[in-house]
Amino acid sequence: MTGSKFEFIQGNIACAKGAAYAGCSFFGGYPITPSTEIAEYMSEYLPKNGGKFIQMEDEIASLGSIIGAALTGAKTMTSTSGPGFSLMQELIGYACIAEVPVVIVDIMRGGPSTGLPTSPAQSDLLQAKWGTHGDHPTIALVPSSVEEMFTETVRAFNLAEYFRTPVLVLGDEIIGHMREKIRIPDPGEIQIINRTVPDNSGICPLPYASDSGKPACIPNFGKSRFHVTGLNHDITGFPTMDPAIVARENERILAKIYEQREIVDKWEEIECKDADILMLSVGSAARAAEEAVKTLRNKGIKAGLFRPLTLWPFPKDTFVKYAERAKYIIVPEMNLGQLKTVAERFTKRSKIIPVNLVNGEPISPEHIISVTNYLNI
Amino acid sequence: MFDYSKYLRASKLPHIWCPGCGHGIVMKSILRAIDKTGWEKDDIVVVSGIGCASRLPGYVDFNTLHTAHGRALAFATGIKLAKPKMHVIVVSGDGDALAIGGNHFIHACRRNIDITTIVFNNGIYGMTGGQYSPTTPDGDRSSTSPLGNMEPEFDVVKIAEGAGATFTARGTSYHVPQLDNYIHKALMHKGFSVVDVIEACYTTHGRVNKKKYPSNIDMLKFQKDNAIPIEKAKKLSEKELEGKIITGIFCEKERTEFTEKYQKIIDSFSGGEK
Repeated sequence: MTGSKFEFIQGNIACAKGAAYAGCSFFGGYPITPSTEIAEYMSEYLPKNGGKFIQMEDEIASLGSIIGAALTGAKTMTSTSGPGFSLMQELIGYACIAEVPVVIVDIMRGGPSTGLPTSPAQSDLLQAKWGTHGDHPTIALVPSSVEEMFTETVRAFNLAEYFRTPVLVLGDEIIGHMREKIRIPDPGEIQIINRTVPDNSGICPLPYASDSGKPACIPNFGKSRFHVTGLNHDITGFPTMDPAIVARENERILAKIYEQREIVDKWEEIECKDADILMLSVGSAARAAEEAVKTLRNKGIKAGLFRPLTLWPFPKDTFVKYAERAKYIIVPEMNLGQLKTVAERFTKRSKIIPVNLVNGEPISPEHIISVTNYLNI
Repeated sequence: MFDYSKYLRASKLPHIWCPGCGHGIVMKSILRAIDKTGWEKDDIVVVSGIGCASRLPGYVDFNTLHTAHGRALAFATGIKLAKPKMHVIVVSGDGDALAIGGNHFIHACRRNIDITTIVFNNGIYGMTGGQYSPTTPDGDRSSTSPLGNMEPEFDVVKIAEGAGATFTARGTSYHVPQLDNYIHKALMHKGFSVVDVIEACYTTHGRVNKKKYPSNIDMLKFQKDNAIPIEKAKKLSEKELEGKIITGIFCEKERTEFTEKYQKIIDSFSGGEK
């Protein structure tokens, strides 16, 4: 651990430092609480290190600018919160179908609408999955600590580059503004993945050619000439309405991720193997859930926590394994039941006990424990 | 005779544009102007949004990017800032550039980023079947103004200059040699340049305004008969200029270009070693 250093920083700064570690060289953003510190950090870091920061006129333009920059070969990022994330939805779909790697950080806050700008919530768990129209792949990572804001941002860039797709990092106001001590990894300590780029020059005839179930291998603008569109396209990159090709390509951009689950899946399991009470929770709510598990275990109650770090695609196989043997599934979340709908898909509804809070306050371990008092365990 | 084959993706032709549309005329004008610059094709990016004009990038052999409705300038700004050596050209219809993309348009002007925007201004949403746009003439009928357009029009050149563009010109799809000149000058200009090209859409606009535009040829004649060069227009009263198309170069000035300024800041930290 030569040269390693420890820092006491807030989650948003850890996110920005993670982006820098991953090689982010372009940031386009728009100020919005509680994410603004990320843009502020990048506005100084990037120009001082040969990169580019631009404050765009709105969140739609922010995402547009980083998709454009990514097409030239840059690793790019934007950060926002609920209202801005809503505005970005159309272009998230664009980056999915055009297979452009970008990282979008959403520091979630209370909603709907302007809601509670300075208070925590987990309001966008489902918007992340279903917000943009059409069937599209979604990768969303949910850090629970300042350290994970760093490491998951690095992983977001790696997944974006590998799969050529937008990757979402869903922080929340607590994780974004909380300060914790973290060790900044040495250069090379975490593997950095860079997109595969063909080395042809002149006209690139088949920029969207790919092996079945794999990402396309698209050149960077300025190296060879090709066409990019948000219309359904064939392997030449040009629009097509051929039903067979449209179906094949729509399915491929899903399959390239969902058939390589070993690369994208990540979760943490705490005392899940013999858990009678299984908790499913992410982000800052999972911190309270972890504390509740400890307290319950001290009382002799077999509680456990299943915490997806990759929320989308949902690591269902492992969840189902533990959910089937558990008597109860407690789902603590700072919304009115978004993660609960996921649990309902994969386990018996009668087992599920939601714990919800949408008043701008964090969920406490006591709150979670209180729902276990009347359970038959 | 000019050899367009060097710049066209022949396999993508014929284009989608209707008989009487000006887009093909403007595309050829752009290609002649690009040829005059001597730029390498690999260094040119043509970016568009959504609409009839926005299908142009598919037909030309450059780096081409067909984005979402209204967002061409947002993508183009990212490309230019990330890779300033690229020559970035945005092609956009009037609805695309000025309605849904209006915010991006004024801010690109303000930044004075070195991008050339050509507005294919036919005063109608053609792709969706002829709804009124921000530049539909007062009183004209369209599928969403069946009683006549009640909204006043934008003046593209005035908006651009007011917002900070450093080169603005207006031409028509009738006055082609002049248009070649305006586009070439816009491409060579360092800073944000806008060429407002007055065009016609007979299919969705002319046909529902038969009294004013009896045929597609009459729509071109309308441009011929109503265009007034800016030098001449300066001597005419506001009343005399009503309904006229003022053409020419409206502004051409020097102001710090955004990506150059940015590079200077970067260089001041890297000590010139890069």
